[in-house]
Amino acid sequence: MFRFLRVNMATKSCVFEDIPAEYAGLGGRALTSTIIAREVTPTCTPLGPHNKLVFAPGLLGATNSPNANRISVGCKSPLTEGIKESNSGGQPGGHLAKLGILAIIVEDMATEGEWWQLEVSKDSAKLVPSPVGGLNNFEAVGKLIETYGKDCSYVTIGRAGEFKLTAASIAFTDRELRPMRHAGRGGVGAVMGSKGLKAIIVNPEGGKNHPLHDEQGFREAAKRFAKALTEHPVTGQGLAEYGTAVLVNILHEAGGLPTRNFTSGQFEGHEAVSGERMNKLTKERGGEGVVAHGCMSGCIIKCSGLFPDTKGKLISKWPEYETLWCFGPHCGIDDLDLIAHFDHMCDDFGVDTIDVGVAIGVAMAGGGIPKGDGKAVLEAMQGISDGTPLGRVIGCGTATTGRVFGVRRVPCVKGQSLPAYDPRAVKGVGVTYATTPMGADHTAGYSVTANILSVGGKVDPLKKEGQIELSRNLQVATASVDSVGLCLFTAFAILDVPDALPAIVDMLNAKYGWNLTGDDVVTLGQRILSTEVDFNRRAGITEAADHLPDFFSDEPLPPHNTTFDITHEELKTTFNWIK
Amino acid sequence: MSVLVKLSTTLRDHIPGYNPETGLDADLTACAPLPTAETLARHIGLPLEEIKIVMVNGRRQELTSPVYDGDRVAYFPAVGGG
Repeated sequence: MFRFLRVNMATKSCVFEDIPAEYAGLGGRALTSTIIAREVTPTCTPLGPHNKLVFAPGLLGATNSPNANRISVGCKSPLTEGIKESNSGGQPGGHLAKLGILAIIVEDMATEGEWWQLEVSKDSAKLVPSPVGGLNNFEAVGKLIETYGKDCSYVTIGRAGEFKLTAASIAFTDRELRPMRHAGRGGVGAVMGSKGLKAIIVNPEGGKNHPLHDEQGFREAAKRFAKALTEHPVTGQGLAEYGTAVLVNILHEAGGLPTRNFTSGQFEGHEAVSGERMNKLTKERGGEGVVAHGCMSGCIIKCSGLFPDTKGKLISKWPEYETLWCFGPHCGIDDLDLIAHFDHMCDDFGVDTIDVGVAIGVAMAGGGIPKGDGKAVLEAMQGISDGTPLGRVIGCGTATTGRVFGVRRVPCVKGQSLPAYDPRAVKGVGVTYATTPMGADHTAGYSVTANILSVGGKVDPLKKEGQIELSRNLQVATASVDSVGLCLFTAFAILDVPDALPAIVDMLNAKYGWNLTGDDVVTLGQRILSTEVDFNRRAGITEAADHLPDFFSDEPLPPHNTTFDITHEELKTTFNWIK
Repeated sequence: MSVLVKLSTTLRDHIPGYNPETGLDADLTACAPLPTAETLARHIGLPLEEIKIVMVNGRRQELTSPVYDGDRVAYFPAVGGG
């Protein structure tokens, strides 16, 4: 029942293929990165015909495992010029898995200016002209629902993707058919736009959960995993109540909340944009506001609440911590309602909140947008959809914006912007930013756990000792988690509850009839990273690119006045298994 | 002898009228002779079992760590995101 779906945008052929032997046993990030590494010429133009766009649910998709229905998107990134895996929640991952489609591989390009949509159902797949070209995500999905109904799920790009802006995202509908879950990072939406693919409609009818090698064993292991998630205070309670925004206050307190383009580690208006405040306002305002909302079937963590305006009408999903940070402290803005509007605009136009939010703060530093001026940001953001010159600049992300406005401090690695943790005060995540093959990305190895949150041990965030090892171990584990289809937030339980990882291994073994051990999970993670690093090397991104911009080592960050002092030679030891 | 106490999420519920903007001014004299993050937490009525992280002046410390006049002491339950 398991197949690949290969779609050629030039010839319009849509072919189901048996899974080639070399891809057996891979899913999610392991699969997208392996396909890209094997099938895409690393030196190709990212927005040209030789790049491919791959969608893959994870190894535990279409099972009763909690939180296992995420979807990975892979390609060569137009933002970093290296390999990219960006993953998302929402419904399409689970739906594709239930249809037995382990990967959709989109190749070549349609004639420029044409928009096509891909209809996928149990036994057929077809490219048809898209009537929703030119529309942003919410309107596009609304119209698609009129044609295809409420039982399908939808994958779309907004106008930013059509414009091929290098911070464009791909949207995945949530359980209520809102295009609010995104594969945000690395410009994957621009690649979809370059191919002329506006939307994918996934009809799950006739799909079913995957057969299990050992049903009883799987049920028991899934129960143990659910227990670990429920019992851990972060995955069992904290994330549902406060969202990821709970991090605003703790990063402020730790002096690691980058403020006004990374010139301070504390923001005086932190409380106004905190998770505590968001929780309180959501409850007080009521209406369409929701505390504790899951973005995909099978989610028991429920971090993705819904934020209402003063009249109770939905503004957006609860903005993530990183979104609150970049449109908030980073831009000197402390208006939660306004930030929720920016979040909605990002979702609607289809851009990465991080690369665009950081771009706006960088534009402010360069005089392109007045500092702290929310109204000016609204206008600039609208320009992304309208295609104004400023909109296109910020829609191409932080690195482009920094160049255009002649900014000295451009917080990027490999062309991708740093997220919400200053590497001078959270040094472990600085190692991840510098070394991950993805370009600066906190999720690639979330050292904030041991540095700040006392999860998975404790490593002093202000000292260099132990940071390389911490980042290495987390990057390896994360590559595996991303391949299983698990939400990364399950890692809080995995790091703290001894039975969580064995339960995942037991689920994999019970599903596939394998005999994996915990060590095999490490080996898998290392293999994925090796594959990704090798692609980058062949694309011309060498070890020399594994470093932070020099202002992080030159300029002490208040209040702790520390610098990022982990040397390039030390950073080189991160992937110590790669010769 | 006083310190500024900052509280996060559910810990705020234990201090009626806690103002998140200003935090709480706490008198250290009641915690004498050797005030620690733990004696201070007890003094203001925080359940110790709910405290996962203590920061004194922006640095992570233990409950047993001493606190001094003028310090800023922040208490957090288990939190996470990303």
